[in-house]
This record gives sequence, C-alpha cells and structure tokens, in this order.
Amino acid sequence: MKLTGAEILCESLTRLGVKHIFGYPGGAILPVYDALGKSKLHHILVRHEQGATHMADGYARASGGVGVAMATSGPGATNMVTGIATAMLDSSPIVCITGQVSSKVIGSDAFQEVDITGITMPITKHNVIVTRAEDIARTVREAFVIAQSGRPGPVLVDITKDAQQATAEFNWEASEPKLPIKRAKVTYNKAEFDRAVELLNSAKRPVILAGHGILVSAASKAFAEFVRTGNYPVAMTLLGIGCFPANDPLNLGMMGMHGEAWVNNAIQEADLLIAVGMRFDDRVTGSLQTYARNARKIHIEIDRAEINKNVAVDAALVGDAREVLEALLPHVQTGGHGDWIAHINELKGGSAVRDIQSLPDNGHLYAAHVINDIWKETKGEAIVVTDVGQHQMWEAQYYHHNRPRSLVTSGGLGTMGFALPAAIGAKFSQPDAEVWVLVGDGGFQMTMCELATIVQEKINIKIAIINNGFLGMVRQWQEFFYDKRYVATPLVAPDFAALANAFGIRGERITTRSDVIPTIRSARESKETVLLDFRVEQEDSVYPMVAAGASLSDMIRRPDNPLVETATEP
Amino acid sequence: MQTIVAYVENKPGVLNRVSSLARRLAINIDSLTVGPTENEEIARMTVVAHTDEKGAHRLEASLEKLVDVLLAENISERSILERDLALIKVLADQKNRPHLMELVNVFRARVVDVAPESLILEVSGTVDKIDGLLEVLRPFGVLEMARTGRIAMTRGGDLLRPPSAPAVEPTLQPVGSDKK
Repeated sequence: MKLTGAEILCESLTRLGVKHIFGYPGGAILPVYDALGKSKLHHILVRHEQGATHMADGYARASGGVGVAMATSGPGATNMVTGIATAMLDSSPIVCITGQVSSKVIGSDAFQEVDITGITMPITKHNVIVTRAEDIARTVREAFVIAQSGRPGPVLVDITKDAQQATAEFNWEASEPKLPIKRAKVTYNKAEFDRAVELLNSAKRPVILAGHGILVSAASKAFAEFVRTGNYPVAMTLLGIGCFPANDPLNLGMMGMHGEAWVNNAIQEADLLIAVGMRFDDRVTGSLQTYARNARKIHIEIDRAEINKNVAVDAALVGDAREVLEALLPHVQTGGHGDWIAHINELKGGSAVRDIQSLPDNGHLYAAHVINDIWKETKGEAIVVTDVGQHQMWEAQYYHHNRPRSLVTSGGLGTMGFALPAAIGAKFSQPDAEVWVLVGDGGFQMTMCELATIVQEKINIKIAIINNGFLGMVRQWQEFFYDKRYVATPLVAPDFAALANAFGIRGERITTRSDVIPTIRSARESKETVLLDFRVEQEDSVYPMVAAGASLSDMIRRPDNPLVETATEP
Repeated sequence: MQTIVAYVENKPGVLNRVSSLARRLAINIDSLTVGPTENEEIARMTVVAHTDEKGAHRLEASLEKLVDVLLAENISERSILERDLALIKVLADQKNRPHLMELVNVFRARVVDVAPESLILEVSGTVDKIDGLLEVLRPFGVLEMARTGRIAMTRGGDLLRPPSAPAVEPTLQPVGSDKK
C-alpha cells in the first residue's frame, strides 16, 4: 500500500496503540497534521510546546505507557527542550515528533530551521532525524522500543517535510525495529548475589531506600513481599512515593533534604541500606562524606552507570528491580529487626508535636493544612500532580499515597510549570481518576496558558494554587542562608479566580481554614475543572531541612514559635 | 589515564554522541580514534581519557547506554598493547642529517619523505616512545607533527569482539541461477 510519509506516521502511531497526541502545528509539520485529521488519533492542541512535552510526560507517568508530543521545526522544537530534559532526568518514556525543513535545505539556515537533534542530544535517551518516507515506520517503532526499554527516557524523532510528503510502500510487518545488537544485559554474578544475601541476613539495622525504579518495573507487589518478609523499614525517595503504601507501618516516609527527621536519622544510624531503583541523588544523600557511614550498601539498579556514581556500594545487583527482588526473596530470612523498628518509632517522638498539623488554629492558613485536607477529602485516592517548590515538599509530607503512579512530580530537573500540563496529560491517560494539580503561584504563572487547553478539551481536573505571594522555596533559602534578603522572590500575581473565570473556569479564593474543606468538597462535586486559589501563610517554611551539601544528620527543625506574625505583603 | 575500547554503529553522528557524552560527564578526552572493523557496519573506537577508575566506569557504562554503542569496556587494568603513530617533519640540513639518522635507527622510526631542508619521520609505538623521540628531535627543530592517537588491544586470548547477531548464513546462489 502506497502512503505518504505523514500517513505512514499516523498509521504507525495508531498501530503502536497511541490514542492521544499533545501538539502544536506549524509549517514543517503540516503534512502530518493533514494526515492526523484523517486518522482516529486524538490531537490535543496545547498553548505552548513545553506544555505538550509535560502532558506527554504526565500521560506516561500516570499510566506507565508512552506519551507522545508533537511540534513543528525551529521554535516549536526548541520549546520542547525543557520538557524533554524533565523526562530525561526522571526516566519518563515520551516520544517527541518534530517537523524539520526539507532535507534539500538542511544546513542552509532555512526559515524555522534548527538542529534539534544536535540540541537535544544530551537530554534524550536517543534521537534521530528521518529524511525518507520509507524509514518512518521503522524509526517510530524503534523510538517506542527505546523509550520504554531498560531505563526509560525521551526519544525525539525529527522528520523532514519532504519525508512527510513523499510516498512510500507501507508494510508494517516489514518495518520491524532493527536496533543495533548490544551485548547481553550485564547483570551480576553469583558471588555478588551471595554477598547481597549475606548482607541482608546479617543486618541488625536495615533500611530500604525505595525509588522510582520500583514503579517503572511494576515491582510494587514483589517489593511489598520482600519488605514484609524481611521486616525492613522503608524510606522513600520523592519519585518512589506510591510504590509502597503510605499506610503500611513499615513505610517511614520520604528521605532527604525535606525528609522527616526520623527517616534521615534512621538512615544515618542504619547498618545496611538496601537501595532499590534509586540513584543516591544529592537531594537524598546530603553530604556524601557523612552519609550513612555505618551502613553497608546494596544497590539494586537497572542502570550500570549509576553503580558507585555517588555512593560506593558493597554489593551491586544490576537488573530490573522486580526480577532482582524476586530472585532475592527466597533467600530473605523472615522477621527480625523488632528492636530497630521500635527504636525508629522512638525517633519519631517529638516530631509529632512539632508537626504543623498539631498547631491550634490561630487564624493562619497553612499550606500543609490545605494539602492534608485535600488528602483527607480525596481519601488519598486522587492522582496528585505537583509543581516544584515548597508545596511539592509539603505534598510529599502531607498527602499519603497508597497506590503506584498516584503522584506525578518533576524530581530530577525540578521543572517549575510542570504541574498544570502534566496533570492534563495524566487525566487523558486515566480519564476515570480524580486528578488534582498542586501548584505554587510562581509555577502556575509559567504555564497557565494551558487553562485554555483544559477548556477546549472539556476535561475535569481540580487545580489548587498554594498562593503565598512568594517564590516560596527560594524565599526560604534566602531566609535561612541569605539573612532574609528577599531578592526577586516577592511575586505579584493576577487574581487567579478571576483569571479562571476569564477562561470559562470556575475559580474561588480561600483565605481561612474553615473554608478549606467546604470548598474542596464543592470543587469535587463539580463535573468541570475548578481552580482554587488558597491564600496561605506567606513566610512559612518547609521543615525539616538539610541545607544543600550539609550532613543528613544536620537538620533545620521547625522552630517552636513557628511563624512571624507580621508577614510582609508582596 | 584510562583506556576504553568501544564498538559502535558505523554511521554519521555516532562520534558526536560519544564525544558529547564525555563532555557532558566533564571527562577530558586525551585521544579518540575511530576505524572500521572487518564488519563494515561496525567501527571500533579507542578512547583515552584523563580520569580515574571511577570516571572510566561511568564513561564506559554511559557509553554503552547510547543506542549506537554496541559494547564499551575499560581495558586499563588488563594486559594490553597500545600503539600511537606519528609523522614528524624535522629540520635536517647536510650537517645534522647523519646524527638524525642515528636517532631514527635507535627509535626504529622510518624516513618517509626527504627534502633538501627537512625529513618526515614515521614512528609508531607507545606514547612514551614517541614522546621520547620527540624530546631528542626538538633541538633539531620540529616543524610539524601529526599523531593518530592511541589504539589498543587486549593481549592473547583476551578477546574483545563486537556482540554478534544470530548468524545469518549468506545465501549464495550459483551464478545465473536466480533468474530462471
């Protein structure tokens, strides 16, 4: 069957199971849009190409499938860069398709020409430029294989306009992926495995560090069995949240810079760390010199390049988290560690008193209250998509996730502006789920144009803006480390409720604690998107905090008299 | 200095991916050579990098994550043969030419071009050997030099071969039998 390159692309995407494409048209991708119109693919018109990549990313993270974003050449392609880097740092499988000027004029600085494969080389798992219609089907199939396999990541396919327009024979069977033959997966030998088992069974004070890899390899069940068999306390990375139920007594909560004190203290006192699908990021370890000095380390990780990168380990089991955990399980001695777990519970001691939830209602509206109330009202069953900053850390502390893939957040790159578009993507992949956006007033202003996408697509998500009139996390650093010199962090914002109304979205402003739950309830009852502008305490900070590069043992704790009564107006 | 051997797809852009990766990891490449292998679709690279064992592991493992890199191995700790080749154009007048020729013999270099005022020497060997020759040539006046960078191979039965596809037998047809 003879088809144009554009038709081949649409047909290939359809056969790969793609239902949704997040994109923005333009000259060099027009043939594809013409073919899209004739296909059954649902194209979501975004308002900025960065939004398209975040939507594809949110789509992938909420579902475990591949998200697809599309843009034209030049500025369309460069606008995708932040979203691609976000997906790269968090190992999210997205495929980005960009139009490119005709192969005949490549290199001539043609209108809207940019070397997007060159630009995205360090931030994609792989990228490729296609100049012939007959290569499109195979290349797209390969892109999907690469994006999902091993440690997932973004793949960019740049297709020249002449390749989209040319006709070629379309033969799906003959366009099998032909990827280079790599050597067999490097795994681990028996000696390494035995050493890990020996460490596991001789540990007195073990702690598991549970990361994103558990979600990626769909290992939650095997992981839970492993944890409960060995009776190991579990600390979560930000991206690991959801891989093990928060309501399990063995789940300690999040570790690291804004991890709860008892979690970090347990790690520092441990004699064995079992890292599963995580990469000892600096936000997790603090100073490496003082990190878990008494602990031996086992590292279960699919990416060989992560082994011994930041933390030297005693046993490295390179492989898929689920496969490795299943292999280890029969060797794990059951029970034990009762004294150790009792000790960790003692470490929790004073923390509950310091918890902001325990403070009396003094008329202030705290972000933590809002987030905790959203958790209670949604019974912890919503998909929460956060932006980056204080609210993101409070979410990790006060929204307790029991299900895999119920928290979508930009961890590695820390991309502000991620939440709103990523939530739109999450909603398309999980249409029956209740999706909440948690976003600061800073990050929201970066990508709020996507409110129009929500209206055009008639989707139903709930947007909670944690509005403190500051770029809160940066302000917090200025408070702690720059003697409260608030340079460029006070922030003017529009009236978000009125703004929402202008888009045709119901918007409400909440300023007192007593209004929080009723408003959440009424928002949840609505069949349409609702935006809630929570005016929270301006100068609250996230506690505890380990300063960048400081020891994990050295935490800044919430002061007894927590808040300045005279908050400055922005 | 760490030596990594890699087999890569022999196609445009792969060298860029490899060098770009080293740059991203902030690893300084001392020399990088690429050449074809007996399989025309596969090229072999030798990367010599200014880094320690840890950096080499990171580079090697990250290289192998590139789709176009079939295999990458740090061979620094193994028994290896390393060779560098240099062409050196050196000032040579009638007076010092005999002295130069002596050095050429000592270093087992070869004279590959003779001009009235200069010679081009070809020398191959370890980096130390070539550096040694350069040292003694400098007083004569080195006009120009080109070096290939190192290539390396593990010794003896320690084989480093590209991963191979399931063998596909070439289907040889008797001449003239295919179009009946």
